[in-house]
Amino acid sequence: MPFHDRQMMHVLRRAGFGARPEEIADFAGRGLSATLDEFVNFTSVPDDVDSKIGTPGYAGTTSNGAFSPSTVINDARQRWLFRMLHGRRPLQEKMTLFWHNHFATAYSKVAGNTNALDGTRMMAAKRSEHPGRLQGQLELFREYALGNFRDMLVEIAKDPAMLVWLDGRTNTRRQPQENFGREIMELFTMGVGFYTEPDVYAAARVFTGWNLQRIGGANDANGYYQFQYIAGNHEPTAKEFSFPIYLNGSKTIPARSPADGMQDGLDLIDALARHPETGRRLARKLWQFFVSETLPPDDFLVGRAAAAYQQNNFSVAAMVRMLLFSDAFLAPANHFTRHTWPAEFVIKALKEIGHAGFSMNTALTPLVNMGQQLFEPPDVAGWDLGPNWFSTGAMLARMNFAAVLTSNQRINISQDARGKGPTPEALLTMYLDRLSPADYDRGAYQDLLDYLRAGGTWTGNDAQIGIKAPGLLHLIVGSSEYQFV
Amino acid sequence: MSMTRRDFVRGGVSAFTLGFAAPAFLCDLARAQGSVARNLVVIYLAGGNDSLSMVIPYNDPTYQLRRPTLLIPAGQVLQIGTDSAGNAIGLHPRLTGLRSIFNSGRLALIQRTGYENSSRSHFTGTDIWSTANPANSQGPGWLGRYLDTIPAPVDPLAAWNTTGQTPHALQARLVGVPAIPNPATYAFQSPNSGTNAVDERTYATRISSHEPVGRPHLAFVNATSQAAFATLDRVASVATYTPTVAYANNNGFAQALRAVAGALSRGIGTRVFWVQTGGYDTHSAQNTLNGSYNTLMATLNEGLFAFYNDLSNQGLLNNTLILQFSEFGRRIQENGSQGTDHGAASIMMAIGGQVRGDIYGTAPNLNPADPANPTLENGGNDIRHQTDFRSVYARVIDNWLGGDSVAILGGDFRSGAPQIL
Repeated sequence: MPFHDRQMMHVLRRAGFGARPEEIADFAGRGLSATLDEFVNFTSVPDDVDSKIGTPGYAGTTSNGAFSPSTVINDARQRWLFRMLHGRRPLQEKMTLFWHNHFATAYSKVAGNTNALDGTRMMAAKRSEHPGRLQGQLELFREYALGNFRDMLVEIAKDPAMLVWLDGRTNTRRQPQENFGREIMELFTMGVGFYTEPDVYAAARVFTGWNLQRIGGANDANGYYQFQYIAGNHEPTAKEFSFPIYLNGSKTIPARSPADGMQDGLDLIDALARHPETGRRLARKLWQFFVSETLPPDDFLVGRAAAAYQQNNFSVAAMVRMLLFSDAFLAPANHFTRHTWPAEFVIKALKEIGHAGFSMNTALTPLVNMGQQLFEPPDVAGWDLGPNWFSTGAMLARMNFAAVLTSNQRINISQDARGKGPTPEALLTMYLDRLSPADYDRGAYQDLLDYLRAGGTWTGNDAQIGIKAPGLLHLIVGSSEYQFV
Repeated sequence: MSMTRRDFVRGGVSAFTLGFAAPAFLCDLARAQGSVARNLVVIYLAGGNDSLSMVIPYNDPTYQLRRPTLLIPAGQVLQIGTDSAGNAIGLHPRLTGLRSIFNSGRLALIQRTGYENSSRSHFTGTDIWSTANPANSQGPGWLGRYLDTIPAPVDPLAAWNTTGQTPHALQARLVGVPAIPNPATYAFQSPNSGTNAVDERTYATRISSHEPVGRPHLAFVNATSQAAFATLDRVASVATYTPTVAYANNNGFAQALRAVAGALSRGIGTRVFWVQTGGYDTHSAQNTLNGSYNTLMATLNEGLFAFYNDLSNQGLLNNTLILQFSEFGRRIQENGSQGTDHGAASIMMAIGGQVRGDIYGTAPNLNPADPANPTLENGGNDIRHQTDFRSVYARVIDNWLGGDSVAILGGDFRSGAPQIL
């Protein structure tokens, strides 16, 4: 059996969610560079994944009544996981997850301030599913996955879910309210240290009037919320900042008539997108996402990625391309240095162990226990990444998901492993190649073998494989070596 | 995640793995280290608590003017007396249980706690309260530093975090704190049963017992797994706890306190617990009397009062200190969204059988007209701190945990500490 190419497996893990055996064969036939090109230029691949939901050969979904991901949040969660598992545009889906963490918005508050139907629509509806042909926040992240960051910020500032989440829709002229004005600087763009408290107060005034309107009655199932600039709610006086707003260096947004006041926000967003710290901060976050969490971001590469962002009209694609085609990205020393997010861990295990007969619904509660409920980040700063994912409770939840999955897949696993375990070493070797965990040191490797031998003589017969193969996969997926990509 | 924090994790892994007690000794250790008996339950109100709606200077003439829609009338607050400056103080109407504890002399309210140049960022603010270091809020937390002073080998249940991720305050160099959101699901499952399942637990424990060479990030995860395996069985004993009072099922905060009461009742030796409840970032629709803040106070009161009574019924109150904080207070003037924006000083509370109940510190004078008003800052917009929060920590470390606050806090903050213990 030919062993998988380590570089290719790294690309598939890091820029995607791992790969099923047939996907590995497919990408291997095309080679590294073509694979990365296709990942970045994902629009060349049909976006047909949603049409596979509910069809044979794919993972299933479970819902109360008809599957309705645009109106029921658990169905939206299942659809998103399904896309990660089966989608043919892995990098787009990966960046969608990145943006969900960057512009972290929680369904519970959005729905709590409206209702479950409107909340789900605002988080996850596709245009074709929305009564007003608007798209939910997740679709916005997909559209701008590798898009223009300045335009994305404008869409985020107008996004109904964000306007509820950070209270923009209650911002008023007389007494501006600072939630969105603060976080757009602290978390979405430059970061702490590059703005002042008076900047926050000014930003709150800038976004007065950026609001929502209800189309249709409050109890109308086809009613919905959409963005509306309300001139009468805009505070029209000049706003002064501590950093340049305009290319000529001016730090003041001029007084404008309320009717023209929406331009205030567009001017501030331009300034924030252009601010040198925004590109650098995004580049550092992307570096940690794609290259390494165990080394500090490389100043040189971060600088080049930030420059690519500035020179290409705030293009995220330019930044990501710079990182993915860097030597650092492929360097073997950087393999397995990124702590998997729970969603990544779950999808990788499903791809590598199997999904036949598995319902995405089965993964939802384990994901909560692992600390990552989709559409429910803990706060606007997103999840605490890296080693912070690994509390005892969360690690047990990962091990227990491995138990649930290997139990669920026992028949497939047993059939697949039949005759492949003449010796414990042969069985282990096959799985270590297929699952692509980080290398085990001698001691842990010996423990895995000893587990296979424990409890009696190794025969490799069907009955033994039916117990030991799921047990071994449980141990591998629950080991530290498997928690990294 | 900052570099500094990751660096400290990396630096701490080796010592952590090696300094960990082997499971065989755990029961003895728990007995030995648990014999101190005193425990601390830290309660974090996440989001920035509007202390002016919780502990209310209801007779301040400016209160009504600056809180036109959010004010709670004097007739509705739970009046508990006056502070040392003669300001009449009342609790939020939903805090009936806390008033009862106050009347029993076991609730200390510490008004206007904070620090100079209070951060208005949730994340920086939380880091500062977690590390007790406004100048450099990275690295281990103040409770983590306390845990690091416990002589090795340390019981892996020396601390118990009831949330999913280890909060910054509990991050230590040498001690890993288990995250146990729910004792009932804190268990090891297997695809197999009987001896096969036992084998899996045995080998999972062995596999994670190694320290992968040159890969501290893997070693850290292994240490986490080891801590999980070392705590499973004792936590299982807590899962079967039957409390002496009812904890509301739909109140996650109360359920977390129920688990803490179970751990105390079972005497498993934990010294520091972390409990958290969110929703305090009330920028809009705060609706103090019938909206989100009202719900927050009901949740808080319900959980704390059940916990207090449960411990009281079992004679555990004298060994327990509850300490509450939030990352900042909120703006005095309400905004146009019937909410309040990020402010500065806030309130701390301490509850326990050995707490000297009282109203500590003095309420702010909410009138911004006098620019020299020493109780306000930020142009009269925010409440200025009177008590440095680190002095409260110092009091707790020195007089309750039996630690050395000067060493743990990296400075002497003992003077000016409210005499709550």
